[in-house]
Amino acid sequence: MLQADTLIDIKNLQARYGDTVVLKDINFEVMHGEILAIIGGSGCGKTTLLRHMVGLVEPSKGSIVIDGDEITSGDEATFQRALQKIGILFQAGALFGSMTLAENVALPILQYTDLSPEAVSTLVRMKLCSVDLEGYEDHLPSEISGGMIKRASLARALALNPQILFLDEPTAGLDPVTSAEIEALILQINHSLRTTLVIITHSLSIIFKVAHRVIMLDKTVKGIIAQGDPKQLKTKSSDPVVRQFFNRQTKASENLPWQR
Amino acid sequence: MPRGKEIASEHFRLVTSKSGTIGIQLIGRIDRYCSGSLIRRLKSEIKKLGPRKVMFDLNRITYFDDFGALILFELRSFLTGFKIEFDLVQPPPRVSEILTLTNFESPKLCAPLIKKKQPNLISRLGEGAITTVLNIRYQIAFLGSVILCLLEVMLNPRKLRLDDTVQLMKKTGVDAVPIIAMISFLLGLIMAFVSSLQLKQFGASIYVASLVALSMVSELGPIMTAIVVAGRSGSAFAAEIGAMRISDEIDALFTMGISPTLFLAIPRIVASILVIPLLTLFSDLFAIMGGLTISVWLLDLTISTYIAQTIKSLTLFEFMWGLMKSFVFAALVSWIGCLRGFQVQGGAAGVGNAATSAVVSGIFFIILFDSIFAVIRSYW
Repeated sequence: MLQADTLIDIKNLQARYGDTVVLKDINFEVMHGEILAIIGGSGCGKTTLLRHMVGLVEPSKGSIVIDGDEITSGDEATFQRALQKIGILFQAGALFGSMTLAENVALPILQYTDLSPEAVSTLVRMKLCSVDLEGYEDHLPSEISGGMIKRASLARALALNPQILFLDEPTAGLDPVTSAEIEALILQINHSLRTTLVIITHSLSIIFKVAHRVIMLDKTVKGIIAQGDPKQLKTKSSDPVVRQFFNRQTKASENLPWQR
Repeated sequence: MPRGKEIASEHFRLVTSKSGTIGIQLIGRIDRYCSGSLIRRLKSEIKKLGPRKVMFDLNRITYFDDFGALILFELRSFLTGFKIEFDLVQPPPRVSEILTLTNFESPKLCAPLIKKKQPNLISRLGEGAITTVLNIRYQIAFLGSVILCLLEVMLNPRKLRLDDTVQLMKKTGVDAVPIIAMISFLLGLIMAFVSSLQLKQFGASIYVASLVALSMVSELGPIMTAIVVAGRSGSAFAAEIGAMRISDEIDALFTMGISPTLFLAIPRIVASILVIPLLTLFSDLFAIMGGLTISVWLLDLTISTYIAQTIKSLTLFEFMWGLMKSFVFAALVSWIGCLRGFQVQGGAAGVGNAATSAVVSGIFFIILFDSIFAVIRSYW
């Protein structure tokens, strides 16, 4: 199914805030059309890794290449070209509060295409429709619920049909039904447009039902401790930390008296 | 199908037949880069040819997304407008998947757009009136809560957040000294210079000292200081509290049983009331120094005569009057700043509006209360 060629290539990445090294010696690749989940306990640097991958923060060491464009080279034109290929869903949505949903989605389309305003508004309705938000065009982000904000900002991230979509905690804080809808949406995007997805998540449901491959980060190692097929990792990993994560165990593995 | 004219480009091939049918084949990558120009180009070609029927063939497409669906949708509504038949040759599975996802088959594409109803004049007037009344009610309620909290703090001083208050005194007061000093010094300079031009003609240059001292101490000192503080700190209070409001921090305080007024507004108001009269004294002092500079430099007065005249013209009453005013202005400016912060709604734009509004209404209230004081004094 998967085409075996590299879309994102990360080599020897080191990330730090001030003197604190958060991540070191990060090496991995993301393939064309793949759904990759980046997982790990809280504070292990998942979001930091994402911020580096989309060029929001410059790494202190190492290189990141997106579809042949090295975003860490410092060349502005290369970086802009790479930005055209990616879409990002931020954890809190990051919709512009002073604009309606339609204006939020239309912003990148108006900026980067030569479509007429009427065509743009039709397209925006198609985009909002595809995330089940038809009829909410004229609402402000403050007037809709959390799940709707996630979906609207997914529609905005998808506005230009980017090759790569980065999702930061797409289902955090949502009810199981809405989460399942978002998972279905992710699979649909991946199938219909062959979009490559990089998902940061804690959700075991995304890890097992959606992701093709996972990369697990760890706070003590400050890097990758496991990668591969989640189902295999769950049963066959030799690392107790990895098994604990997938099997939802606490550190003391025996059941405590008040747990049933 | 007998073939007539043929037009071809990178992304499409258009074939006309004698029976008035046009066949359009879309070719290659149909994405966001070509969709805008394709729509325009195809529309103009169809307009020129004026066919009875247009057939679309999507079998040579290598990439297709909703921008492609948009092309078909736009052309379909364009053709329907001219009563020309639209037909689609069975698309390949990849393309028909996208067309299904975008609801291409249903004529309206999506559920019809719900237009927000524009209310009529009377209901808008009513809404405006209700908002104003609620606003005034909120302001009165906030004023009441500030007064109650102040009383509480007076009865039980340990409830005042002392660390915050000291920090805010530094921010509002100490950090403002350079700008206040600069502005007041220049103001004194200007006043002395302008008045000296007139007074010199009457040989009354010595009264420059009285003029500068009196007008600064009783009028301009308190006003200038309050305006600068409204711009520096009033807006900062509004923005800070407003940002806390939109990130639910105020609600967090409230649910912990801590009064947001006591926690946020009181330290700011107390700090302002304590430091602004002091800043006013600085302002008076520096303005007098400005006047002194001009008088010694241009009017041949000696330093001692200038100072003697200044002391002679000032009474304790003038001083107290000026300080009392700046005390009131301090309460007003900080109260308005906090109020606007608590009133923030929505997102980042709301915070910006609150900061603007804090400065504008702060300055308005300063001028308004100054006029009231002037009236009171004239009937004293």
